[in-house]
Amino acid sequence: MQTGDPAIIELTAAQASAEIEAGRLSAGELFDAYRARAAADELNCFTWVADGPPVGDGAEPPGPSATHGSDRPLRGVPLAVKDLFCTAGVPSQSGSRILEGYRPPYNATAVARLAAAGAPLLAKTNQDEFAMGSSNENSAYGPVLNPWDRTRVPGGSSGGSAAAVAAGLAPWALGTDTGGSIRQPAALCGIVGLKPTYGAVSRYGMIAFASSLDQAGPLTRDVTDAALLLGHMVGRDECDATSLELPAPIALPSAERLDGVRLGVPVELSGEGVEAGVLDAFRATLRRAEELGASVQEVRLPHAPHALSAYYVLAPAECSSNLARFDGVRYGRRAQDAEDLLDMYTRTRHDGFGAEVKRRIMLGTYALSAGYYDAYYGRAQRVRTKIVQDFEAVFADVDFVVTPTSPSVAFGLGEKTGDPWSMYINDFCTVPMSLAGIPAISIPCGLSDGLPVGFQIAGSVFSENRLLDAAYALERAIGFDGSGVRV
Amino acid sequence: MSSEEQDPAARVRAGTRARGEADTAGIADAIDYEPVIGLEIHVQLATATKMFCGCGLSFGEPPNTRTCPVCLGLPGSLPVANARAVHFGLMIGLALGSELAPRSIFHRKNYFYPDLPKGYQISQYDEPLCRGGQLGEVRIHRVHLEEDAAKLVHVGASGRIHGSDASIVDFNRGGTPLAEIVTEPDVRSAEQAGEWLRLLRTTMRQLGVSDVNMEEGSLRCDANISLRPAGAQELGVKTELKNMNSFRFIERGIRAEIARQEGILGSGGQVVQETLHFDPASERITSLRSKEEAHDYRYFPEPDLVPVAIDAAMVDAARRELPELPAQRAARLEQEVGLSAETAHLLAFRSELGEYFDAALAAAGQGEGRQSAVPAGGPGPAGEEAQALANWVTVELPKRLGADVSPLESNVTPQAIATISAMVAGKEISVGAGRQVLDKLVADGGEPRAIVEEEGLAAIDGGEELAGIVAAALAANAKAAENMRAGNAKAIGPIVGYVMRETKGRADGGEVTRLVHEQLGI
Repeated sequence: MQTGDPAIIELTAAQASAEIEAGRLSAGELFDAYRARAAADELNCFTWVADGPPVGDGAEPPGPSATHGSDRPLRGVPLAVKDLFCTAGVPSQSGSRILEGYRPPYNATAVARLAAAGAPLLAKTNQDEFAMGSSNENSAYGPVLNPWDRTRVPGGSSGGSAAAVAAGLAPWALGTDTGGSIRQPAALCGIVGLKPTYGAVSRYGMIAFASSLDQAGPLTRDVTDAALLLGHMVGRDECDATSLELPAPIALPSAERLDGVRLGVPVELSGEGVEAGVLDAFRATLRRAEELGASVQEVRLPHAPHALSAYYVLAPAECSSNLARFDGVRYGRRAQDAEDLLDMYTRTRHDGFGAEVKRRIMLGTYALSAGYYDAYYGRAQRVRTKIVQDFEAVFADVDFVVTPTSPSVAFGLGEKTGDPWSMYINDFCTVPMSLAGIPAISIPCGLSDGLPVGFQIAGSVFSENRLLDAAYALERAIGFDGSGVRV
Repeated sequence: MSSEEQDPAARVRAGTRARGEADTAGIADAIDYEPVIGLEIHVQLATATKMFCGCGLSFGEPPNTRTCPVCLGLPGSLPVANARAVHFGLMIGLALGSELAPRSIFHRKNYFYPDLPKGYQISQYDEPLCRGGQLGEVRIHRVHLEEDAAKLVHVGASGRIHGSDASIVDFNRGGTPLAEIVTEPDVRSAEQAGEWLRLLRTTMRQLGVSDVNMEEGSLRCDANISLRPAGAQELGVKTELKNMNSFRFIERGIRAEIARQEGILGSGGQVVQETLHFDPASERITSLRSKEEAHDYRYFPEPDLVPVAIDAAMVDAARRELPELPAQRAARLEQEVGLSAETAHLLAFRSELGEYFDAALAAAGQGEGRQSAVPAGGPGPAGEEAQALANWVTVELPKRLGADVSPLESNVTPQAIATISAMVAGKEISVGAGRQVLDKLVADGGEPRAIVEEEGLAAIDGGEELAGIVAAALAANAKAAENMRAGNAKAIGPIVGYVMRETKGRADGGEVTRLVHEQLGI
């Protein structure tokens, strides 16, 4: 234990909130405990940590610091936020050298809503540069270490958020998921990660990677915390034309059984390519689900094997355009002593972007070029449509699709950095849901060789409440204990 | 100077001969070329806020004071389409007779330039808001919505990009809504282009969707120009003349480019597809970029926006706000009011005259100044009486006001001019007296009847007083009277002149003529 009272740190966010409400814990005490722990972080989870109690939160008027937010629904439980969320006056660098020291003038909608609900900003978390990566090794600010084994990666791109929550350096965290960037690090760090329905959470103020896929979501110690945090993020935002109002508010989960729930196991995503230890844990979880009353059947997602290929056309295409604004003209780095405009652009972007970002910009630029658009972008969009239809067909027969979240447990630092495809294949089971825009949650379902395994549950559009209930019932039955890795 | 007035076809032919003689000894003399011109017009929409954010439009505020995270392209910001801009786009589409797309989408047009903060412009590409249509004799290809770029200011002696010490960016203009109107290649001369653009400007102004001020950049025009042998069907290689910012420059630029292409084709050369700049100071055309250097804009659907879905209520709302457009006004004035086609056209296409005339016509219909049998409050006069009123509005009034003064801003109210016209028609005053009243109104304002009273301009009845004056005139102009008897009708001039002098112009010319003939017995 580095700092702080272990009893406080072992509280989930919902429990801490209840303690504050009951007057047995002060919000200031909780914030200070986590701030001290975050400041002493050895896992490189953070790119910025608050150096004092929170002042202002985007909602007027700010409350007194000692009880900051304690009269609000989230009671002042502090929040770690992925670096790519814009936070007013606080560095927001998206893991990139090109935005080093950039402090936005405004708050992302999700951050502002959570602050207004009483979750003040504790820290900004490390991530793969512009959310491009599955190991957090693409960060310009160094890799994050997995608290379960510091020689291994935490997953990515929300690796800092996942490791911080797992290690007890933050009660909960915000992440973003484009092809698995919440779910996969949650799985590799033994915590809960939820990617909501596309449009459920405003993207305003999220430094974009791939606009049609990016979604914000919670990384938490348990399913209840995920529901609590999600409930205060969601909803239509006038600043995001693609945001939507949910048909019903997010409810705290309460289901104890899964009677009548039909689980579909897609053969394409649960066999070949998945590690034996991961498959064992996955199958054991299916048996637990049956014990809770669920039925399990095989389903087919015939186009899912093409999802990764389509994703690696669409996401780079969008990123090649989204990252064009980093040109050195208005903010972030600018190459000095450039000879002319082109030289300034070229050197700024050459020096400012890392290798993986450059690779994807090149891929995307090529895919959108005249003469190649139909063969790449157009075809990838058609594959995406087929995948949407695959899921629609499956959800006519089952309530949820379940898969291992990641085909492997946490792998060693540096193990896959030399081979992009071996890295990309990590998202094999999570990308199809991203392309379909449907919600999916990863919960820890056991260990393989001492490392956590994630169990992914995906539902139809706007099925978050049912999804959280099913995850909650399973979580109770599994009884996963991640407290051993609190640092 | 005179070259601007010349018939463009004649100029093209002249250019051919000149170059033919110099370069290829008359080979090209055999070929007449026909210019084929299409226009792309950017109209800044007069919405309250920008195309994709809540910033107000800029009217000369200090640089970078009308900006926000969205129009500065800050990381994480997102666009939201301006509903009012879509509404204006629909009004334009309805006015041009376009087909309105039930669903249109925005694309990203990707290229790097400091005036483009996101590295892409949000524009419509292959699914625009409006397709087809026609204005005057020119067919419309499409109308779409997009955002304007920011303004670059080049610091240094020249004020141009070359030789400047630095460039600074003012993002106030960035994100201003634009409607881009693209025509079919139906224009055949520089003059026609200028004339048609004036019609388009009037139409946009009447719609109220834009200030359409070329000098301030709220109306900008590119021209695609190619030549082909007269009578040929297939199009020649075209060039694009960019961003001309006055009607005069547009006409001069197009003329210069036609002449340039003529020279190339006339000497057996081939026109190269490229983007060109016309410098009005030097009359020179320079290349901005060739086809090989053309950008690959990598268009793809803008994922941050949802499709623009148009429903019947939106179309109805746009239609309700449509004013009477020039073509409709011309038809009404000709067919319902009974004006000559020429006068109707003039009143339709010069909207300030048209509005003034309609007001005067309404005043006349209210019985202003009228002593005729038409009941007050009925429709305005029609036929000859309306034509007479129109002549006062389109000829007499502008002659006195000059080209730069709008009649609505003058001292002469529509009621007043309706009164003058009605008094002349009712023979209460002569035409000459009416002109004197108008002189007085233009100078000092006032009410026509009062002026007639004060100045003693009331017409002399065709009674004994006038007969006596005519008799005196005949006596004083015996030789002229003699010539008239001999059959020389023109000899009446000095006789009438005498009467008008005597009556200070109050006598009715027709009545004087009748009395002269009567007293001479012819």
